[in-house]
Amino acid sequence: MKLRRTLAAGLMAGATLLAGCGIEPWVKPYERERLADPIMKFTRDPLADKHREHVFDVREAAHGATGVQGGGCGCN
Amino acid sequence: MNLRLLSYAPRTAAIIALWLAAAASQSAASALTSGPAPDFTLHSMAGSNLRLMEQRGQVVMLNFWASWCGPCRVEMPRLNRLYQKYHASGFQLLGVNVDDDIRNAAGVSSKLGLQFPVLLDTEKTVSRLYDLSTMPSTVLIDRDGRVRYVHLGYKDGYEQTYEEQIKELLRE
Amino acid sequence: MCARPPTAQPACREAAVAATRLWRALAALGSPAARRLLLIAARCVRALFATDDRPACADAARLAGLVGGVLAAAGAKGADLPEDRADTMFHLYDGGGVTALGPAVLIRKSLFDRVSLTGSYFVDIVSNASIDVVTTASPYHETRKEAGLGLDYVYHDATISLSGTHSKEPDYTADSTSVDVTQDVFGGMTTVSIGYTRGWDTVGKHGSPTFSASANHWQYRLGATQVLTPRWLMSLNLESVSDQGYLQSPYRVARLFGAAIPERDPSTRTGRAALVRVVGDIGSRGAVRVQYRYFWDTWDISAHTAELGYSRHLGERWLVDAYFRYYKQNHALFYGDNFTAERTYMSRNRQLSTFWDAGPGLKTSYSVGRYASRFDVKVNAAYQWLRFQYSDFTDIRNGKLYSFNASVLELQLSATY
Repeated sequence: MKLRRTLAAGLMAGATLLAGCGIEPWVKPYERERLADPIMKFTRDPLADKHREHVFDVREAAHGATGVQGGGCGCN
Repeated sequence: MNLRLLSYAPRTAAIIALWLAAAASQSAASALTSGPAPDFTLHSMAGSNLRLMEQRGQVVMLNFWASWCGPCRVEMPRLNRLYQKYHASGFQLLGVNVDDDIRNAAGVSSKLGLQFPVLLDTEKTVSRLYDLSTMPSTVLIDRDGRVRYVHLGYKDGYEQTYEEQIKELLRE
Repeated sequence: MCARPPTAQPACREAAVAATRLWRALAALGSPAARRLLLIAARCVRALFATDDRPACADAARLAGLVGGVLAAAGAKGADLPEDRADTMFHLYDGGGVTALGPAVLIRKSLFDRVSLTGSYFVDIVSNASIDVVTTASPYHETRKEAGLGLDYVYHDATISLSGTHSKEPDYTADSTSVDVTQDVFGGMTTVSIGYTRGWDTVGKHGSPTFSASANHWQYRLGATQVLTPRWLMSLNLESVSDQGYLQSPYRVARLFGAAIPERDPSTRTGRAALVRVVGDIGSRGAVRVQYRYFWDTWDISAHTAELGYSRHLGERWLVDAYFRYYKQNHALFYGDNFTAERTYMSRNRQLSTFWDAGPGLKTSYSVGRYASRFDVKVNAAYQWLRFQYSDFTDIRNGKLYSFNASVLELQLSATY
């Protein structure tokens, strides 16, 4: 599909950019205090969120793209 | 099922794997790994000022931590035990806290019963000086003030490595 | 548990090569126990796909190659395992004549500091007196049970998750297997994820013991979360879902000149969704969240989902979320409330009609405290109210456009340790 190929090309470009450009991460690990707060999490309760997604899945035609979490304290 | 779609799959996977490889190959840690330990003075939680240079002659461990960092909280009691065991032999442990609000640092410190000095780096000057790239980070400095070992992050079992390295530096 | 794969067909050599590559990457890892666990998982994945079906083998090749690639590329730092937890929940849905409730349990435990195992069980006791049911049959009760098993493995700063679910109700069985790989890149500021789910459904029909149909599902996911500033996060998620097989309901009817005929849906469907989310800390211990998802598929449905939320800490023990969700979709190509000409595909499934639903929600979390100096116990309650309004689905009992209100409730006791 065209979408797939565009995606792949975009990702390739992203890789070269990240690897070659040398842009420094602008948020240091010791500045991530606010990001580690639970209110900054997209999903806090896997069971409850899964149930709510199921309720919508059964009644709505749209599904997918509910997301995997990043951010957080970035420790380790 | 659109079979044409799937024929792109191995190619797409190869491209994505390449991307991840390129992105991940960026050097993860550019923190201090050797040379003289940069000097600094920080306010400690006990109230007094503490200067790194004054610890010359002792083996110093700098541990950068924060109240919001999970692995840091797991590591602390183990570091506390190391401090109690080796302090008399010339081992100094300095906990450098990077919390914005010192009350959070004080809370965790009293809850875990930390015996070693906790220095407050709210302005993040020492974190920048040591090019802190991971939370937590542990830096081992020998009696001459040189950086000997750097540990990034904390996982179960690291404290055993710390103990071996402390003993080695104490013997020098 | 997993049968050995059949003798490698020439078409499956790709899968075998990729699996060997994966095994070699695994062999480079430390802990022998973790290695063994992963070997079992890898064999399961291979066994599930080692059939004569070439496209399925391409799937396995892609999967194994990808995972192997990530393992080989992983950097020096380490990612965190998800935290250990034990949750019990009571859930309730009430609306449109349907009441579904039941308990659910989730337990997650980490082993060897590298692996995390998750087990979950979900029960849905449904009393169905929905508009479809009351207008064509009589209300019924049914219980659906779903069991899930998951494994998370951390390798440097990549997390590999394998999971499977088995859902069973008297006339429907659904199984699925998923692989997800998440990697922190760019100094931990970007988290990228890639995932794949394969599902198999077996459709039955009450009162027809000889009726049996099947449906297959493939889901491909790609996601990235980016730290924008010390206070703002953004995430982008893309997903493609493909279905093939018996995609309709053996009970539901369509209307042709006012008379009921069994519905006819196409046997393939591909849908795509793109989600954008932004969350930001706006001070006084509060954060605001905005998200938007656009969905489009080969059945000509396009849907918009938007959500706006605010979370805040209150005092030492309370955490409150308030949000508003809005959803709108337009009808499928072959949807009709009352057809005036016979077509190849005809459906009166209101899930495929033109409608919107919206409503506010409130979530609260109360930290009870620490028990045995290990368990952090919280009590959570979440409530959402929804209004559904259909534009081209009529209530045949009164001839008006159908609408109803619904309530969703979740009460949960969770302990993290």
